[in-house]
Order: sequence, then structure tokens, then C-alpha cells
Amino acid sequence: MSSYEIPVAAIKPGTPVTAPRRSLSTRWISVLTLVALVAIWWAVTATGLIEPLFLPPPSAVLQKGWLLATSGYMDSTLWQHLGASLSRIGLGLGFAILTAVPVGIAIGANRIARGVLDPLIEFYRPIPPLAYLPLIVIWCGIGELSKVLLIYLAIFAPIAIATATGVRTVDPAKLRAAQSLGATRVQLIRHVILPSALPDILTGVRIGLGVGWSTLVAAELIAATSGLGFMVQSAAQFLVTDVVVLGILVIALIAFAMELGLRALQRKLVPWHGQAH
Amino acid sequence: MALLQLERISAQYPGNPEPVLADISLSLGPRQLLVALGPSGSGKTSLLNLIAGFVEASAGRITLDGVPVKGPSAERGVVFQDDALLPWQDVLANVGFGLELAGIARNKREARAREMLALVDLSGFEQRRIWQLSGGQKQRVGLARALAADPRVLLMDEPFGALDAFTREQMQELLLQVWQRTAKPVFLITHDIEEAVFLATDLILLAPNPGQIVERLSLDFGQRYAAGESARSIKSDPRFIETREHVLAKVFSQRSAAQRQERA
Repeated sequence: MSSYEIPVAAIKPGTPVTAPRRSLSTRWISVLTLVALVAIWWAVTATGLIEPLFLPPPSAVLQKGWLLATSGYMDSTLWQHLGASLSRIGLGLGFAILTAVPVGIAIGANRIARGVLDPLIEFYRPIPPLAYLPLIVIWCGIGELSKVLLIYLAIFAPIAIATATGVRTVDPAKLRAAQSLGATRVQLIRHVILPSALPDILTGVRIGLGVGWSTLVAAELIAATSGLGFMVQSAAQFLVTDVVVLGILVIALIAFAMELGLRALQRKLVPWHGQAH
Repeated sequence: MALLQLERISAQYPGNPEPVLADISLSLGPRQLLVALGPSGSGKTSLLNLIAGFVEASAGRITLDGVPVKGPSAERGVVFQDDALLPWQDVLANVGFGLELAGIARNKREARAREMLALVDLSGFEQRRIWQLSGGQKQRVGLARALAADPRVLLMDEPFGALDAFTREQMQELLLQVWQRTAKPVFLITHDIEEAVFLATDLILLAPNPGQIVERLSLDFGQRYAAGESARSIKSDPRFIETREHVLAKVFSQRSAAQRQERA
């Protein structure tokens, strides 16, 4: 116990023991790291150590960002590219949640469904989505359907597997309690199994979104006429490095924002998760 | 007239030829508080699970009002050792859960839930979350939830086993008050001898290998408490102590008999 190591006389009234003065919180350390990184970036470009063709200065990237947001690149503004990517992942995610959650519940709750579906999911899950992208393109063409289908498949497996895990680890006492209050099988799923599995489902969505986002951007590098991946790829062909760097930054920012959003959603939807109850 | 009837019940776990319970007969009627007391391995939890309908007997018959028991149902309410409450609902919704399952309108079930919370002395806790409650409070919510569904009998699976000694005493007294007021027949299992002697109108002592009833007692300490005598004065009554020691001696004589058998 660290509190034993602090002499009692040294603790002034009102000073929190866990956060002594002069020490930085982890969050501030992270912020300082980022600031330092940008400073180094600025330093190596401003002194001419690295040529702008390989790494443009932060100011140039920001300027380009403004230009892209207002007048656009490759027939579309930054917002249109962003919108194209987000709508693809949104569609893929929506369909994945609608189908993977029932499939996960079936796998977790029903022996036959587990026997049928589990090997199918376990077969395709470890394959990198880009490996079966060519097959999807052959089957569905190079239109929107292929991209959404690819995202959908990438997100589906993590959600289905996480849901099944959640269903299988439902507290048997809660099931018995509901049964002895007269719950039918459908009511058990609706009132006990689904809410019990919700923390796992949300974890599955988090993992799925991470996989889906990287798959999407990669798919847009290959077959697309809009989207962030397409924007980066076409800029690279003309050595427009500032657009490439900008695109990478936006892709990273979106991934970060999705992660933060889902964590907030998890806190709001499953406040009991991690509580001793 | 007996409400719940067990006739020559035997049970065993699948794949294990050794029976967990052998030839158990008992009955539970109105105004009875039947306590099954026994060491671990005596099959008391199995007995409760059989009555609740969570498991099936390998032989014998269980009837409630003359109708054979088949699977769990709202007629047999259960209070569990670890509360088994639903953390995604608040206290009021937990208590009204059985009524929600039965399709009863929200305002009606909330009124009933409030009534039950008052009965277990938890008024004012309606909007609390489950993880904000102490162990004793959770057990009260569990009791209120079981009672709200208005079961024919109340089954309690070591309900105070995980509580500290002080809270346990309070909960025993609360249970007697509730039992007195609702007149529900209660079947309770415990391994706490003093608890069993204090609460029971009818006590059965179970011994292991296989689980069987080795002693039946009719007691009145709980009724004395319900009639207004204080718990401390009952528990320090020489008759109470004598009964407790008698049961304790019986448990140990059974145990040493079993050990002799094993050595032979």
C-alpha cells in the first residue's frame, strides 16, 4: 500500500493522496508527446533536413487541408471523400449488427446453430479481407456493393463471436431467477440474455469497427473513385505528398474518434459493466 | 392441508450412479416455515433445485396443490444466495420484473413493487442501481422481487449465507416479519444451525451420502419472535440453546458414523 509510505505529517489537509502536486496525469503526458512529435516534424522540415517531396511541413499540410475542404481534390471535396468512406462503413456496420447479433445469440444458445455456423465463421474469419476482395469483385463488380460487402464481412465475425461469448457466459443464476418468475424462452433472450451480452456485443463492435475501417481504406486503394483511401492513393500517383499526409491524418483521426465514441457509448449503455454486483 | 408435497424423491447427477438424494418425503403447508439444515454435500441445494423445477428427480413425485411440478414456474418463487438481480434495471424494475414478464401494466406493477419494497423496509431505494446496494439490501430486493410475483410458496437458497453476522441476524428477523405478514409458506435451506433453529416451524436435518432426512423437529422460536418476543431473549433461552446443541450433536454423530463406515 503506497499510502503507508507517505509520512502523515507531509499530507496537508485537502490534498488528495492519490494525485500529489507536481506530477502529471497520464493524459497530459500523452498530449505533450503529441506536441513534441509535431514540433520535431516542424523542425526537420523547416531546417530543410527532409525535402517537402518526402515530408511537407505541418503548415503546408494544414493549408492543403483548407484547400481540400473548400475546393476539393479529384472532383470531390475532403468532406465528400470522408462522407463516401463513412457511409460505406456505416452501411457495413449497420447490416453487420442487424445480422451478427442474432447469429451470435443462436450460436451461444442453440447447439445445432453452433454446429452449423461456428465452423463457417471460424473458416473465413482468419482470412485477411483483402485476400477475398478479388473474389467479391468478380462476383459483385467494382461498385459500392463490393466495398460494403467487404466491410460487412470484416465486421460480422468479431460481433458474432463476441455475442456468442456473451451469451455463453450469462450468469446461470439470473436465468434461473427469470425462469422462476415465469419467463418464457423468448423473454429470457429479450430480458436476460441480450442485456447480459451487451458489454460483449459492444466490445465486438469496437473490434469490428477497427478491422472494418482498415479494410475499407485498403479496399478504396484498389477499386474506388471516391473515399479517403482513393484520395490518398491518387495523390500518391502524382507525388502530392501533402495530400497523402493529410489523408493519413484524417484516417487516423476518424479511427480515434470512433474508438472514443464507442467507449463513451459503452459507459452510457452498460454502466454496470465492471461494477461488483 | 399440505400445499407442497414431496413423495419418496430420489435424485442423481447425470453420469454419476451415486444418488445425491435418497427417498425424501416432506410436505409444506400454510403458515409453515420449513428449514432444511445440512452440511455441504447433504443435497440440500439439490432438494431446492428439484422443488424449483431447475432439475428433475430420478424417482418420486413432487406436487403443488396436487398438480405435479414440471419445470420452473412463477408459482414457486426463489430467493438466491447471490442475489441474481438484473444490474441493467433499477431496484423498482427488478422488483416488478416478474409482473413485467406476466404482461402487467407499468403503473400497476410499479405500485405493487413499491408495496413490496415497503414490506422489506427499502422504501426510498426505488431508483437505486443494483451495484449501489449492500449485500443485505440486495437480498431484500431479491425477497421483494420473489414476493411481488405472488408465488404459492417461497423457496430460499441459503439467502443469508454470504452476509456478515450482524446483517444476517437483521435479515432473519426481517424474514420472520415478512413471513408473518404475507403468510407465505417458506422452504429455506441453510448450513447455519442457529439460523435454522431460530427460523423454522419445521426443521429437517439432512445427512450426506446419499442425502437423506435423519431428524425432523417442530419448533416455535420463530413464532415467539413473531408474537413480539425479542430475538436476543429467544436465542439466550435455555430451551433454544438445548435445541441447538441437540441438532449440533446429531450432525456430529452422523458425521462420525459416516467416517466409521468409510474406514470399515
